[in-house]
Parts: sequence; C-alpha cells; structure tokens
Amino acid sequence: MIEALGRRIDEVDPLIHGYLSHDLERAISEAGRVDVSLPLGGVPISIKDVISVKGHPCGCASKILQGYVAPYDATVIAKLRAAGAIPFGRVNMDEFAMGSSTENSAFGPTGNPWDITRTPGGSSGGSAAVVAADEGFAALGSDTGGSIRQPAALCGRVGLKPTYGRVSRYGLVAFASSLDQIGPITKDVRDAAILMNIIAGPDNFDSTSLDDQIPDFTIALEKGVKGLKLGLPKEYFIEGLDPEVENAVRTAVANLESLGAEVVEISLPHTEFALSTYYIIAPAEASANLARFDGVRYGFRAKNTNGLLDHYGKTREEGFGPEVKRRIILGTYVLSSGYYDAYYLRAQKVRSLIRQDFATAFERVDAIVCPTSPTPAFKLGERTSDPLSMYLADIFTLAANIAGICGISVPCGFVEREGKQLPVGLQILGKELNESTVLRVAHAYEQNTDWHKERPSI
Amino acid sequence: MSSKNFDVEYVAELARIKLTPDEIKTFESQLGLVLKHVAKLNEIDVSQVEPMAHSFPTYNVFREDETRECLDREAALSNAPHQAQGLFIVTKVVE
Repeated sequence: MIEALGRRIDEVDPLIHGYLSHDLERAISEAGRVDVSLPLGGVPISIKDVISVKGHPCGCASKILQGYVAPYDATVIAKLRAAGAIPFGRVNMDEFAMGSSTENSAFGPTGNPWDITRTPGGSSGGSAAVVAADEGFAALGSDTGGSIRQPAALCGRVGLKPTYGRVSRYGLVAFASSLDQIGPITKDVRDAAILMNIIAGPDNFDSTSLDDQIPDFTIALEKGVKGLKLGLPKEYFIEGLDPEVENAVRTAVANLESLGAEVVEISLPHTEFALSTYYIIAPAEASANLARFDGVRYGFRAKNTNGLLDHYGKTREEGFGPEVKRRIILGTYVLSSGYYDAYYLRAQKVRSLIRQDFATAFERVDAIVCPTSPTPAFKLGERTSDPLSMYLADIFTLAANIAGICGISVPCGFVEREGKQLPVGLQILGKELNESTVLRVAHAYEQNTDWHKERPSI
Repeated sequence: MSSKNFDVEYVAELARIKLTPDEIKTFESQLGLVLKHVAKLNEIDVSQVEPMAHSFPTYNVFREDETRECLDREAALSNAPHQAQGLFIVTKVVE
C-alpha cells in the first residue's frame, strides 16, 4: 500500500507540490512492524507540517524552523500510532497556518488538483490537495479560522473542525491558542468519523482539552436526517457569495429537505463582525505565541549580528515570511499600551456576542447549513498582494472558531471556470460537542449524492 | 479606534522584527486597510457585554505532582542553532 502511494506521489506531486518531504523507506519499515489487526493497521496518514512527529521535521513551512526535528510526538500522533496508523510525510501549508491559499509557504505554493493554476485553499492546502489527488489516504490538518474546512471545500474533500477542546493541541505548533483545533481531511464522511474516534478525547498534556466522553462517531452516521431541524442563516447569503456557489449550496439544502430534514431560516446577527473580531484576536495570540522564535533554543539564527536586540531583530526578519510578520505586527499593535481596550478587549466582547448568536440558534435548530467558501478555488497569485481580500476567503468559516463550535465541509457540486470543474463545499455547523450531528447530516447528504466520488483527472 | 497613530516601525521594534524601508511602507498601507476594516467593531455597543477569552469556561486543571519522563538534555538541545558542553550558546548580553 505504501509503495503504491510512493509511486503515486512520484507521478503527481511534481505538479501538485503537496508534500514538503516524505520518507517512504521509513514508512515501509514502520508498517512492517505494525499490528495490522488494529483499526488503522498500516494505513499512512499525511501530516500537516505544524504537528510534531518524533524524529520527523516540523517546520510549519517556515524558514525560521528549517531543519527543526520534533523531539516528541503530538498527542494526536501518539493516538494514531496506537491505532496502527503510520504518520506519513510533511504536507505543505501557509507558514505557521497563516493564510487561505498555501501561498504563504516558504517553500512554494501547492496546486489545486482540479486546476493546478489555482490554489487548494489554506492553510491546510497540502492536506486537502494530497487527499484530493489520491496521493494521501487521509490527512490531519489544523483549523484556526477555516484552515481545514476551506481547503477541503476547494479540493472537493471532507474536512472536519472539531469543537474547541475536543482534540488535544499538545504537539501542535501554536498559532492562536484559543482558536486552534486539529482535525481530519478525508475522502468521505465515514473516514472523518473513524479518524475522530481515534484522535479525540481528553489529554493531561492539554489543559484546555474537554473532559467529555467520546462517542463512537460512526454510530450516528446511519441515522439519516429525518426529524432534524436545520438552520439557514440569512447573513451567509450575501453580496460577495458567488451565485453558482450559492446555487449549489441551496440545491444541497433542498436535497437535505427532501431526505426529511426541516429547514428554517435563522439569523446570526453578528456575522458581519466575525472577520474583524478574528483579525484582532488571532494576530494578538499569534504575536505572543511566536515570540518564542528567538534563534536561541531552536531553528534559524541570523549570522553576524551585533548584540542581543540585533540578534532578535535580524533572526525574525530573515526567518519569518511577510504574512507572519504582518500578523505579528498587527497583533503586537492591538495589544500595545493605549490600544488594548479599543481593539483586543472590544474584540473579546464581540466574541461573546458571536457565541451568543450560535447559542440562540442552537436552541431552535440541530445544525446550521451554509457555504464553506464564498467562491471556488481562486488563481494562484490573485490575492497575494491584497491581504484583506485573502482574509475574506474565510468569511464563512471563522465564526465557528470564534464561538468554539464544530463544523464540517462536504462536497456539494461543481462550478466551471475556464473549462475546469471546481468543487464547492457545503458547510454544516453544530453545537459544541455535537460532532455526531454534523457527521450525521454530512453522511446523509453524501450518501444521497455522488460528488465525493468525483476525482480530478490529474 | 483610529489608526492614525499606527507606527509600523515602532511596533516592529516592540515585536523584535527588523524591517526594510520598503516593508515598512507596504505594511503601513496593507495593515492600515485592515485596521480600517476592523474599526467596524465600533458600531456595536459592548458596554454591557462581558469579554470572552475562551470558548468554554476554563478552570485550573490539577494533576498529581509526580515525576515523569521528560526530554533529556540531548533531545532538548538537539535543535539549538548553537550549543556547547550541554548548554545553549546565547548572544552576549553583558559587556
């Protein structure tokens, strides 16, 4: 199985550039020692370059961590190993998971398997692209503002962001600690449920991991949507949403209705403030988290520096890419003396309001259905010089991180651009700890459609 | 909430990142637009709202104070850009 995977990588990865590195020999040797009767006995799972795997590089697609080798396993990796899986390769991403197109990687962008002149989305673009191009069975990504769901949508695969605290963050290089979650990107909904069974659960090494019991996520899959009430948030069908994407999503919602779900219009009144809230909170947390990259304990250190401040300044100037610098500067600014109340504190208050919107909605409905991304995959290079337009790519996904709830993206159709078929994703959001419900809705939809069976011609 | 006092050079100094004059200019205009956008939050009356730092109420988590395995010195130093005699080598801070 791993040899076949290796051949497929040789065949397509020069075009896709999904992997930053992979070690086939090592994977084969690990597979030779694994108990194949385990749930994932011998199955290679592709790992985003932000999750620590002992003995593998973990560079966050950044120059500042070039050459860094993780000295320990993240909890999700220990759990994968215990289930017989082989952590495989390092898949590409936006540097430190900051971005929506994988173009912020210090090692070059990843191409979308449906049209390699377009982005696979991001920041887990490598994770989604390798699964879409059949050069990965399944992958782990991380989602801080949509970084699992948006690339899954743009690559026509399934991506699940668990409830904040459902999956341990131990061993995940921190971007924004109150928003980050690890989750699966898979070929279908069942695979996502199976991976969730393995990676979810409380962990003594992550004090924000939730103590709650982990259900068997595969059990709910077959229950169908009859009797479920789904909310259609009117604030998600706005100017800027591509009409063909809207059409695909509305058709999918009608399909769920025909399967027995009741669909009602709901309102999430603070939706329009989610982007602003996110772009204060996430950079603020990032500026603190990334202070650790000082060129002393690990990673890159600038040469020929003159004194300590020069050492820090040059190391971080040469080590970080432009988007990471932008966010550190923005985050430092909103936390700085005299601006903290106006920006950070205010954003935290609006965060309460956004969470309250969802809490109110989930009193009425079991899940929320909406688009994952406002557009299909955009062209590489199209938005790189305009950060704000890039930030808008996550407009429908980041509220879930702000509120801490769970969400999934599942393929719901295609739109044609320049003669190429580009996938569209349906997003299903659920109440905290209610992954079973979003998986159930996603599975019912998937089993009644064939979108997930479509493969790019690459 | 005004961005007129947004001095990229000064903030970059606080963040310990040296920038080229070109970067300062680009970031000033790009982040100026972002700050203009986030000023949208001023439209909301938040005087009666509690700030939220985390999605769920978080409490201190305690564990037994027991020794357990941790990284040994070699592993902890394995990624250091400069090390000698089991120590990190840092840039000189005192004359």
